[in-house]
Amino acid sequence: MALYSEKVMEHFRNPQNVGSIEDADGIGEVGNAACGDIMRVYLKIEDDIISDVKFETFGCGSAIASSSMATQMIKGKPLCEAEQLTNQAVAEALDGLPAHKLHCSVLAQEAVRAAVKDYYGKRGQKDGKIQV
Amino acid sequence: MIYADHAATTKMSRTAMDAMRLCMEETWGNPSSLHDVGQKAALALWSARERIAACIGACPEEIYFTSGGTEADNWAILSAAHEGAKKGKRHIVSTAFEHHAVLNCLQKLEKQGFEVELLDVHESGTVSWRQVAGAIRADTCLVTVMYANNEIGSILPVERIGAVCREKKVVFHTDAVQAAGYLPIAVGAQNIDMLSLSGHKFHGPKGIGVLYAGKGIVPEPLLAGGAQERGRRAGTENVPAAMGMAAALEEVCASMEVNRKKLVSLRDRLIAGLSAIPHAALNGERSNRLPGNVSFCFEGVEGESLLLLLDGRGICASSGSACTSGSLKPSHVLLAIGRSPEVAHGSLRLTLDAENTQEEVAEICRAVSESVERLRAMSPLWKDKVSGKKPFVL
Ligand SMILES: Cc1ncc(COP(=O)(O)O)c(C=O)c1O
Ligand SMILES: [Zn+2]
Repeated sequence: MALYSEKVMEHFRNPQNVGSIEDADGIGEVGNAACGDIMRVYLKIEDDIISDVKFETFGCGSAIASSSMATQMIKGKPLCEAEQLTNQAVAEALDGLPAHKLHCSVLAQEAVRAAVKDYYGKRGQKDGKIQV
Repeated sequence: MIYADHAATTKMSRTAMDAMRLCMEETWGNPSSLHDVGQKAALALWSARERIAACIGACPEEIYFTSGGTEADNWAILSAAHEGAKKGKRHIVSTAFEHHAVLNCLQKLEKQGFEVELLDVHESGTVSWRQVAGAIRADTCLVTVMYANNEIGSILPVERIGAVCREKKVVFHTDAVQAAGYLPIAVGAQNIDMLSLSGHKFHGPKGIGVLYAGKGIVPEPLLAGGAQERGRRAGTENVPAAMGMAAALEEVCASMEVNRKKLVSLRDRLIAGLSAIPHAALNGERSNRLPGNVSFCFEGVEGESLLLLLDGRGICASSGSACTSGSLKPSHVLLAIGRSPEVAHGSLRLTLDAENTQEEVAEICRAVSESVERLRAMSPLWKDKVSGKKPFVL
């Protein structure tokens, strides 16, 4: 289908980092079933580095490819970099997305950020600090 | 490649192609020209009109060529509405799951002060004549109800609805774009005042359609220009397309019964195969549907990704998920028959044709089953349903 770039199709057909992490340090979930897209991202953090990341996605080709690309882009990276991941960067790395599909890459960015936030929240509690 | 998207469009038949080529070589003139070349084209156009009329039980004078089904729908609805408004009648009855060519046209009329009543189509995807009878008022100027639905293939009782309209003296239009070639059409016996057809849905060319308007109904010209189509539709006629459409329609009508038997057997085998997938449901009723239509919802998967996986295996299908339409809402048809948005996103439409085979149906069943399984394995929604966190709907 010419709707998507070859890169998108590559990630759609062979998504990277699919699955879950049992003892994840941070989990982020965004989207809802009624809208047709749900993304869940699991993070394993060691010394503020994302040592492992997995995702589960219910959604269109663009949503699945964006999840795959986003997780690949943050794997092995410091948390502060993951926090700054933008949907533009994800879409660019996929050689672009059709205009009406950009919202699916926004979800990938939001899921990663939600997972990082969840991690900080949990750590804050463990350290006896309240993170705001 | 397995093409199972015949409700979207069909490949032109050899007969239709030959008819078009012959027309382009021999009767390529302008039917409005007085000279021999022009008059040959005029004769060809008339023969196309006669042959299409014969297929639907109409007279050639009642056939108007258009640019397709969309124009025929718009033309019928706008004409009847404007005619009604002259008599102070501004109420229109239709259904919630018409094609956008009808629904968006009605929406436009609503903005102009018309009152549009969209009948509930229930889980079965149909309306009863009683619903129509109950909705008609003294100021109703038009009832427009499709013959068969493009997405779930349900068949509506047009003959009885037409009878109600006759009795109440209200104009009845039906969008028969999906029905033509698969279901018998006889405008007289079925009490139809106006009817839309589209060439490319039955192996004819794209960009041509027909509006049938019975005697006594004068479609109001939408385009200003020449006096073509008896002064009702300006613009030089697409004679080759009209010839292709006529040839295609004759062909499908001649083999309708044979094709129907074959298709029903393919369809029912496909339905049986897909029903074996857990938490899946057929949209519409099992037998009151077009002979080639299979429409399913699969819980926990999204339709577009399912289409892409099938496309990767050489299977062409379609879906009513939001992500395939470019809008944020899933198909209005699936919502109209009571599917929740979540379930409607996981829809798959397979529309077969007499050229499809039992082997292809078996391959489709395998491919769909494996693709659904693969997508469910990575779906957080499915996972939550399996673990009991969220309820199964289907
Ligand atoms: C029920 C119905 N009405 C109208 C149309 C529009 O026909 P066309 O593509 O010829 O404009 C279609 C085709 O998509 C259809 O399925
Ligand atoms: Zn999407």
